[in-house]
Amino acid sequence: MYIDTAAEFDVRDYLRKEMMPHFLCPGCGHGIALRALLWALHDLKIDKDKLAVVSGIGCAGRLSAYIDANTFHVTHGRPLAYATGLALARPDLHVVVITGDGDCLAIGGNHLIHACRRNLKLTCLMLNNEVYGMTGGQVSPTTSESMLTTTTPLGNQEPHFDACALATAAGAGFVGREVTHHVPKLKELIKEGLEHPGFAFVEVLSDCTEIFGRKNDLGSSPEMVMRQTSAIRPSAYADTVDTPFRSNTLRTGVLAKTDRPEYGASYRKAAAARTGAPR
Amino acid sequence: MNAIDPSLGKAAVKLVSGNHACALGALAAGCRFFAGYPITPSSEIAERLSRQLPEVGGVFVQMEDEIASMAAVIGASMGGVKSMTATSGPGFSLKQENIGYAAGAEIPCVIVNVMRGGPSTGMPTRPSQADLMQARWGSHGDYPMIALTPASVGEIYSETIRAFDLAERFRTPVVLLYDQVIAQLSETVALGGAGRSSATRTWASGSREAYQPYATGSDAIPAMARPGDGYRVHTTGLTHSESGFPTQQPEAATRNLERLFTKLDKHRDEIDSFEALQCDDADVLIVAIGISARAATRAVEQCRKQGLRVGLFRPITFWPFPEKQLRAAAAKAKAVLVPEMNTGQLQFVVERVLGKPVDAIHLFNGEAIAPADIAARATALAKGA
Repeated sequence: MYIDTAAEFDVRDYLRKEMMPHFLCPGCGHGIALRALLWALHDLKIDKDKLAVVSGIGCAGRLSAYIDANTFHVTHGRPLAYATGLALARPDLHVVVITGDGDCLAIGGNHLIHACRRNLKLTCLMLNNEVYGMTGGQVSPTTSESMLTTTTPLGNQEPHFDACALATAAGAGFVGREVTHHVPKLKELIKEGLEHPGFAFVEVLSDCTEIFGRKNDLGSSPEMVMRQTSAIRPSAYADTVDTPFRSNTLRTGVLAKTDRPEYGASYRKAAAARTGAPR
Repeated sequence: MNAIDPSLGKAAVKLVSGNHACALGALAAGCRFFAGYPITPSSEIAERLSRQLPEVGGVFVQMEDEIASMAAVIGASMGGVKSMTATSGPGFSLKQENIGYAAGAEIPCVIVNVMRGGPSTGMPTRPSQADLMQARWGSHGDYPMIALTPASVGEIYSETIRAFDLAERFRTPVVLLYDQVIAQLSETVALGGAGRSSATRTWASGSREAYQPYATGSDAIPAMARPGDGYRVHTTGLTHSESGFPTQQPEAATRNLERLFTKLDKHRDEIDSFEALQCDDADVLIVAIGISARAATRAVEQCRKQGLRVGLFRPITFWPFPEKQLRAAAAKAKAVLVPEMNTGQLQFVVERVLGKPVDAIHLFNGEAIAPADIAARATALAKGA
């Protein structure tokens, strides 16, 4: 259910002005995703002092520095593991993880599946731009087949991960995917993830226009946004955009939602029962 | 009062293993978070804390791998909770990148490395002392490190407490290094009493506007902002200025790294720790740590009974190495002997500090060095001296 709170939301209330201008490339989708996250936090009235944002390495990893909160820019692939320690030690904090497709699915893949399984209350926002942008455009676990990157000059021969299917299979209580094309929908999805009592995985289909788009001749930034999935392409643009570069089968919206016991609460309950019991 | 050591006050004397003493020391120091991954011969620390931490309001979590355990420990400490992990060789290797993060971002934490034979999987149930250099230089880049090398079960208990005190005081990772022999050896230990720690890091206070996360006074130790206290600061492994935000400005980068070293250099009197046993008149000075120092202590006794002037210098704080103190202890010695369970790591340090070649016993077959072997070599050196 989309609620229009755009008029009362001022993104500047949530950004660190001293970090502006930001370092994202023109046309990058990550800024749109960041705005959607901040908007969702605003809607939920989450106290900035109680908000902790943990991010890894890469373009997505840099976003935490822009947020006026308790922010932690940690090692490559490990933000979920850092966040697990932080959230277990400080259940009073609202912990959000920002990660990218390489950070989360390649070097950090083990942490993702176990975070899904453990079901500790964390919101993981994975910005999927199909490429290692920060290091200059190498193939990632989500790069579509046949695409060119600086390390797939023959075209990518590896199949790409469906991150949401992976998270669902690993037991994540909340799994959703949205595109940067639909900002209010993305904001609502992130909100639902933030409100979920256990581990929430939200994949954002973002675009790397400067490196990945240029390499694959995918056109301008608006054109890339239009290509995100055929399902969301407005028919008015049908003539101007050819085939989407991403698989048309990637569904958006809430893809899994289950009510499993949250790990931190379960642990504390078991500990309290033990402390009260005779030894 | 305690019968073993009156200074410990009213304490309970218990028979425990080294690993259990480590867990008990952590609890006494106020550790309330442990993340780990099973590995021989350190797992008893995790097992004991998994039982006891929830009883005192703490949290134990077994993570999916060694890297994640180190990360979770730093994450919990960033939240303001005293935190620890324990591992052995292969796991210590895997933790190194995040140990470097803790050093650079100045997040207090304690890492226990129970040394077993290597390289690689090596001899998981056999002792070694071959991670001395890794404890100092294991992560990439330049950073200072504190590493402690206890030599008895009782000392594991007190050095674990000291490890937390140093970590909190200096906002730095502290490594506790001991070998498999004392890890699984059982001895009586005086628990509690005056050994209990009360040290905590300095928390940021005052206005948010005036606070700079890495600005310091003359002590070079920055006050830490606790999430939830309203400071909303940024913590990063990137080179940062006093503001905490990344910088590539050469002056700021220089200041940042220089202060990391100054932070420890200025406070060596609080960090250094060693034992000098009959060094004053020693013709032969033995330099050893851990179980090798235990054997050397016996060797010193045996040699002294024969009228040979043999002494032992034992670093307890291994990094930063007690260089001045070793030079003083070795001032009159005609020969120096380094018995160690590796191919020459301590010998390398001792030769650099003393500026001359020294004798050594290197054993790396998974056995501990016998007192008789040290006594025989020391006797030969004393008679030749």
